Amino acid sequence: MSAFDSVTAARANDRPTAIDYITRIFGDSFIELHGDRRFSDDKAVIGGIAELNGTPVTVIALEKGRNLKERMERNFGSAHPEGYRKALRLMKQAEKFHRPVLCFVDTSGAYCGIGAEERGQGQAIAENLMEMMTLKTPVLSILIGEGGSGGALALAVADEVWMLENAIYSVISPEGCASILWKDASKTAEASECLKLTSQDLFKLGVIERIIREPKNVDSIMFDSFKTLIAQTFEKLSAVDTETLLNKRYNRFRKF
Amino acid sequence: MNTSDIFNFLKPKNELENQGESIPNQPFIPNELWVKCPVCKKAVLSSDLTENYKVCPNCSYHFRIGARQRIEMTVDEGSFEEFDAEMTSTNIIDFPDYTRKLKNAKLNSGENESVITGKAVIGGCTAVLAVMNSQFMMGSMGTVTGEKITRAFEYATEQQLPVIVFTVSGGARMQEGILSLMQMAKTSAAVKRHSDAGLLYITVLTDPTTGGVTASFAMEGDIILSEPKALIGFAGPRVIEQTIRQKLPKDFQSAEFLLEKGFVDKVVPRSEMKETLTKLLVLHGSQPQVEPEEGDAE
Repeated sequence: MSAFDSVTAARANDRPTAIDYITRIFGDSFIELHGDRRFSDDKAVIGGIAELNGTPVTVIALEKGRNLKERMERNFGSAHPEGYRKALRLMKQAEKFHRPVLCFVDTSGAYCGIGAEERGQGQAIAENLMEMMTLKTPVLSILIGEGGSGGALALAVADEVWMLENAIYSVISPEGCASILWKDASKTAEASECLKLTSQDLFKLGVIERIIREPKNVDSIMFDSFKTLIAQTFEKLSAVDTETLLNKRYNRFRKF
Repeated sequence: MNTSDIFNFLKPKNELENQGESIPNQPFIPNELWVKCPVCKKAVLSSDLTENYKVCPNCSYHFRIGARQRIEMTVDEGSFEEFDAEMTSTNIIDFPDYTRKLKNAKLNSGENESVITGKAVIGGCTAVLAVMNSQFMMGSMGTVTGEKITRAFEYATEQQLPVIVFTVSGGARMQEGILSLMQMAKTSAAVKRHSDAGLLYITVLTDPTTGGVTASFAMEGDIILSEPKALIGFAGPRVIEQTIRQKLPKDFQSAEFLLEKGFVDKVVPRSEMKETLTKLLVLHGSQPQVEPEEGDAE
């Protein structure tokens, strides 16, 4: 599979989105919580509390929407500043109640628009990066589709970052890269190769800890084993004392 | 000299230039006699411009300046001690044409990276300083940029010193792929440790500050200053216009716009920058070390 095949797969309309993961992993236990308490409720970000094998966890996700109507409603998974601020609010809440944080990342990027700039898109992302770095509770981020630059990183400062086999994670879209490099946005396949954005590339670069294999047909077996893996990881991370956890998180990013 | 040559010193364009910039073809000031202001279009005597902090005496346009000039304008004479001057980028993910671009950037700027870091005395107060350089790949943030800034913050935390960062950047450096994105997290981590140690961090945003730098350390200062009219944003104006398919209002993403929206503490003209920084340092407990002048001694 080429890098561009991954790009295509990561963006495919029939690919499971965050809602699918939340529903299949947490079932009815997920309670959604809304709003950033400052401006509004950004529907590109879903957040709430769920139960994982009897333990409460905070779940935060970038949601693209599963059909056209949902995609419009969720702005195709491109969050505004209030989305990142909602995420941070829920992370701080998780810290207070000693709940681990699980993030699902799937976005082509933070939204580029007038309102987003007026309300400080850069500042919102920057604040998340800073605050997540010292959040006194375990954080696990999983890239399930597109990991578009700063808008993805704002939910991926974590103790471990995983990627679905065909997910991508990149500093710029292949189209953006191609138009800068060759003044030709159609050369996405070449740009995809150059950017080293596949799960394999990122594992080699030490940017992610784990690749989650994708079966041909996504079925419940995958979600069951996935759930077990997440629970085991939180168990492992929760056993570490906070100071060590935060030092490890610092060094995880310090090495790049 | 032919008069038509007078204005013929526009900096050779690199591909990252003019991405998200409001004013095209901004000249870097050479050693010519006259300089044309890109805003008011009037010719200005180069020497007048130099005396006036490279600010147009006619319309107050702040010309872009290199990092060395910035340091010279900001620190007490001869006080700058540079860190990691030799540190330089390599083509880590084997990106097409990056090796050549790096070489050109070094030649054009005379520097090894897009940021200069070090320790300096400003108005008698010691501080750690990081100054980004638009002349090096439009101040884009690569791993070495991130590393130098991180080290500067780590040093400041260890030595209990304030940090001042002058930003100018087109964003993360695409040619280093995901590793450039990771610099946003790495630098933010170092800023957080410095902040948690109760130390002061002042950012000075200069034209232009966009992308991954805006979405990391540029917006993480305790106090955020900006030069007048600087373009500051997450996405560049062109990208926004392409996304929303409409023209942006005038002065959108200017320093003054961010001030109004609450994302900048103060817009400070270049001529008042050193004084403002000194005041802020003193208000946060820096003790100015005044050199005793002759006759002052008891």
